[in-house]
Amino acid sequence: MEKHVKPGIKEIMESGTFLVSGEIGPPKGTDIDEMIEHIDLLKDKVHAMNITDNQSSVMRYPSLGTALIILEHGGEPNLQVTCRDRNRLAIEADLLFAYTRGVRSVLCLTGDSVPVGDHKEAKAVFDCESVQLLQLIRNMEEGKDSGGNELKGGVEFYKGAIVTPEAHPIEPQMLKFAKKIEAGAQWFQTQAVYDMDNFKRFMEKARKIDDKVKICAGLVLLTSMGAIKYMNANVPGVFVPDNLVQEMADAPKGEALNTGIRIMARQIRQCIDEKLCDGVHIMAIGKEGVVPQILDEAGVDISKM
Amino acid sequence: MIITTSKPFEEVLKQLEGEDKVFIIGCGLCSTTCETGGEEQVAEMKTKLEAEGKTVTGTIVYDEVCHELNTKRKFRENKEAVESADGFLVMTCGAGCQSVRESTEKGVHPANNTVFLGNILRQGNFTEKCSLCGDCVLEDFGAICPVTRCHKGILNGPCGGTDEGKCETDKEKDCGWTLIYNQLEKMGKLDRFQRIYGLKNWQASMKPGRVIFEKKGEGGE
Ligand code: SF4
Ligand code: SF4
Repeated sequence: MEKHVKPGIKEIMESGTFLVSGEIGPPKGTDIDEMIEHIDLLKDKVHAMNITDNQSSVMRYPSLGTALIILEHGGEPNLQVTCRDRNRLAIEADLLFAYTRGVRSVLCLTGDSVPVGDHKEAKAVFDCESVQLLQLIRNMEEGKDSGGNELKGGVEFYKGAIVTPEAHPIEPQMLKFAKKIEAGAQWFQTQAVYDMDNFKRFMEKARKIDDKVKICAGLVLLTSMGAIKYMNANVPGVFVPDNLVQEMADAPKGEALNTGIRIMARQIRQCIDEKLCDGVHIMAIGKEGVVPQILDEAGVDISKM
Repeated sequence: MIITTSKPFEEVLKQLEGEDKVFIIGCGLCSTTCETGGEEQVAEMKTKLEAEGKTVTGTIVYDEVCHELNTKRKFRENKEAVESADGFLVMTCGAGCQSVRESTEKGVHPANNTVFLGNILRQGNFTEKCSLCGDCVLEDFGAICPVTRCHKGILNGPCGGTDEGKCETDKEKDCGWTLIYNQLEKMGKLDRFQRIYGLKNWQASMKPGRVIFEKKGEGGE
């Protein structure tokens, strides 16, 4: 079994350390050099790296394979598992493999629908969904597969899930959040939040439901006005508020990315200083190279946390 | 009702290559309502095929082409026209088409695509509300089906893609889970929403499905 070079997400969270995680988007193809550069760049700057699983239903290098590469390079992976492409047998088999290779943290997602991606005619699976996936893992931890059969050697994962603070209406999302906790979720990452006031209101609601479960704010880097317009129009559950749109619009030519970096650094600082949540998850979508800069500006150094 | 749409005429023609004498079958029920295989469409098809140089040996529209015994009987009643045909163009659902297959060894060709089990909102406006899963869970969801009306068929609440009550796959379509939530809230039964539904048995009605009534009254009753 692979040795952990670093403490897992569970240990970090349970020690009360503010978690800083990043994200690795695997490439479309076998050229993994750039991805490895990103892994090497991030592995000492963040506590853990999420690996997206055919994100947005676009086929890519697998999340499980990437998790192993992260381990090989001395990083800590957070394996995203979606229910879109695999049935319960395939998911269970993947989890067994992941466990034996040292993966200890799994983020359970339903997955985007097939038609939003680049294999629009594929057969969608959705044999189970996020809540059932959490339950399925808990059953495996108790030594049983979902068919009720004994496992020879079990698993133990730190089970994560997603919640969408910007969803409209929010009530069904909050009920589902509660269900995920009941099904075994130990920690959450949120979908992108930009409006920190709305995020605070969300956190109040969430804490009323459960005041112990760990919650990390999902922050997505703003890179350009075009990206903002696209997100506001097309990405459900993501909303960039007017003041940030204005701040980006006011950026001098060629300064959009730097403005985005400054905004995110400020948000990270606010999350820490105001103790809004238990950590942040940084999604730099393709601009992983600037994550160290963001953390510098935010004054965050995980070696001193 | 079974919802069908017409295949493009070119595709129909291609299927009939090498079969010059064609017998056309339509259905008086579903395909009539869908306007894909009623009297009118069958007559139209006859005209179009004849314009392409085909000989139509006969046409017939009857109820329940999917009824295999009934179809056999119709074949006997139309013996001559049926026997002189090289093949059959079936303007019904796929079940009707395969019912015809049981009555002949000749070419059997579908004129339609069979799309779903549909509800009729009004004439010419159909929507899918049940996908025949074999283990009906409507009772738990305020009689709104998550298996069918949620694009992902998920059982524990909306995915993160729902927005203003619409589905992430199509802004014109209601998010089934928002409908369910609203319905349960109206009924004061949100506790059902809070319950966790375990893995569903997707093999409750194993393909190919089969139901056989126990023989009733055998031996005289
Ligand atoms: S639960 Fe199954 S049987 Fe019931 S309406 Fe939905 S698809 Fe049809
Ligand atoms: S948006 Fe609603 S209907 Fe569409 S997949 Fe998600 S939960 Fe299902």
